[in-house]
Amino acid sequence: MTAIAAVALGGLPGPIILVAAAVVLPAMAARVLGRLVRTALLLALPIAISAFLVNLFFFPGATQVLFRIGPIVATVEGFGFALEILIRILAISGAVTLFYLTTRPGDLTLDLERRGISPRVAFVTNASVQTVPALVERAGQITAAQRARGLDTEGNIWRRVRGIVPIVGPVILGSIAEVEERTMALEARGFTRPGRRTLLWTPADSVRQSIGRWLMLAALVALIVVRLTGVLG
Amino acid sequence: MIALAGVGYRYAGAAGPALLDIDLELRDGEVVGLAGASEAGKTTLCLVVSGLAPRTVGGQIRGQVTLDGEDVDAWPMHRLSQRIGIGFQNPSTQLSGVTDTVFEEVAFGPMNLALPRVEVVARSWAALDLLRIDALAERDPRRLSGGQQQLVAMAGLLAMRPAHLVLDEPTAQLDPAGTRMVGEAIERLAADGASILIAEQKTDLLASICSRLLVLDGGRVALSGPSAEVLADLELSRLGVAEPSEVRLRRAADAAGANVARLAGAFARD
Ligand SMILES: Nc1ncnc2c1ncn2[C@@H]1O[C@H](COP(=O)(O)OP(=O)(O)OP(=O)(O)O)[C@@H](O)[C@H]1O
Ligand SMILES: [Mg+2]
Repeated sequence: MTAIAAVALGGLPGPIILVAAAVVLPAMAARVLGRLVRTALLLALPIAISAFLVNLFFFPGATQVLFRIGPIVATVEGFGFALEILIRILAISGAVTLFYLTTRPGDLTLDLERRGISPRVAFVTNASVQTVPALVERAGQITAAQRARGLDTEGNIWRRVRGIVPIVGPVILGSIAEVEERTMALEARGFTRPGRRTLLWTPADSVRQSIGRWLMLAALVALIVVRLTGVLG
Repeated sequence: MIALAGVGYRYAGAAGPALLDIDLELRDGEVVGLAGASEAGKTTLCLVVSGLAPRTVGGQIRGQVTLDGEDVDAWPMHRLSQRIGIGFQNPSTQLSGVTDTVFEEVAFGPMNLALPRVEVVARSWAALDLLRIDALAERDPRRLSGGQQQLVAMAGLLAMRPAHLVLDEPTAQLDPAGTRMVGEAIERLAADGASILIAEQKTDLLASICSRLLVLDGGRVALSGPSAEVLADLELSRLGVAEPSEVRLRRAADAAGANVARLAGAFARD
């Protein structure tokens, strides 16, 4: 489990075919493949579909016609490029999801702090990672509340956009109002004390994980170099 | 001992002062209640006593706030927080939000103090035991009920080993079960000899734990004295404070008693 966490830690969203090696295999090893696929697809689907369609039909300068629907032409170049985009989006969403599924935010913070990052930076990193689900949950609650009061968040696009406006306000204002209270609560627990904190334990980190991280980093650098020189040459 | 002498406070940008002429002494081992209508200044006074206002909140203060004779301004917050702990209404904003277990959450404060590991662990267990939530140690703090979260937040404060505890309406956002849970814990702390300043609308709780009571009105002290006296004061409901049920019952009984006497007199005349 944590083995994968460390792997994900080091791995920037590697492009294209890396998906299999860097996302699917580790996910299988960590036994989260099912949840990974579901979450990653949900995350990526809206962008993926629109990016795919735009490229398929409107790829600039394309000549080879794949098929036509009325006036709209799908091109071969467009199809190729759309596939490329698609796999990249999946790679990114897959890697992000894998990271969320396998890494406890606490482990991440602990590891950052152990490596000498300031407790405050580590805290902010951790809080941001954790804020996303909290914001989503809150948006859900407020949507439900507004809907109960007759707000339209379904129906055609224009009505939905208008429906979102009264939701955004409370979500953001609510979190701002909470900030002061949170700040005070943190101060009341000595968080503003300068210097290092006590760490309760050291997260498990094996030689294998560390080798894995360095290998991935090396592969990434190699890939970038190859691409750059390929383009330049 | 915390002492306030002639303290006034104004929020930044506010038209008028939120507190005026407050004199208050919190002796060690004493439980003092703070009552008053909404907007009376209870929260503000809690912030001033704990050193968060004006330090973190901003605004202007007059008069003197001293801790064991020393001006609190001179203390950095992380040292002050080991002498005065402050808890707020909202259970969830008091959790650090970065821990996955209740134990780590309670240990957060002592860890910030860079205490040795054994000390952190010992303090955290002691705080959990004191509030009788040691069974929750392994749970995810974000997945607890409001009452349980409030207890975890209090344990987090107690682990700092403060000499005084300031609690701002700790049960205001809780359901009846959570209110009872937290109320009982505070009663136990009070009986154990903790020093507590507690703002609370629920006068029944105040009646059972406080030796002295302060009622605020428009930022001034309207009533102050031994809690039994203050709670029996006829001014109480005018000041927007509900009478505790005991006082209400006694009054109802007295009124009923008077009626019975009048009735009896009427029968006797026949
Ligand atoms: N951040 C702030 N900025 C400006 N004014 C404030 C601020 N917070 C509170 N006040 C004002 O200070 C006064 C006292 O408010 P305070 O929150 O202390 O009352 P309270 O007794 O705690 O009320 P409640 O029972 O509603 O919690 C009120 O008039 C309020 O409007
Ligand atoms: Mg208040």
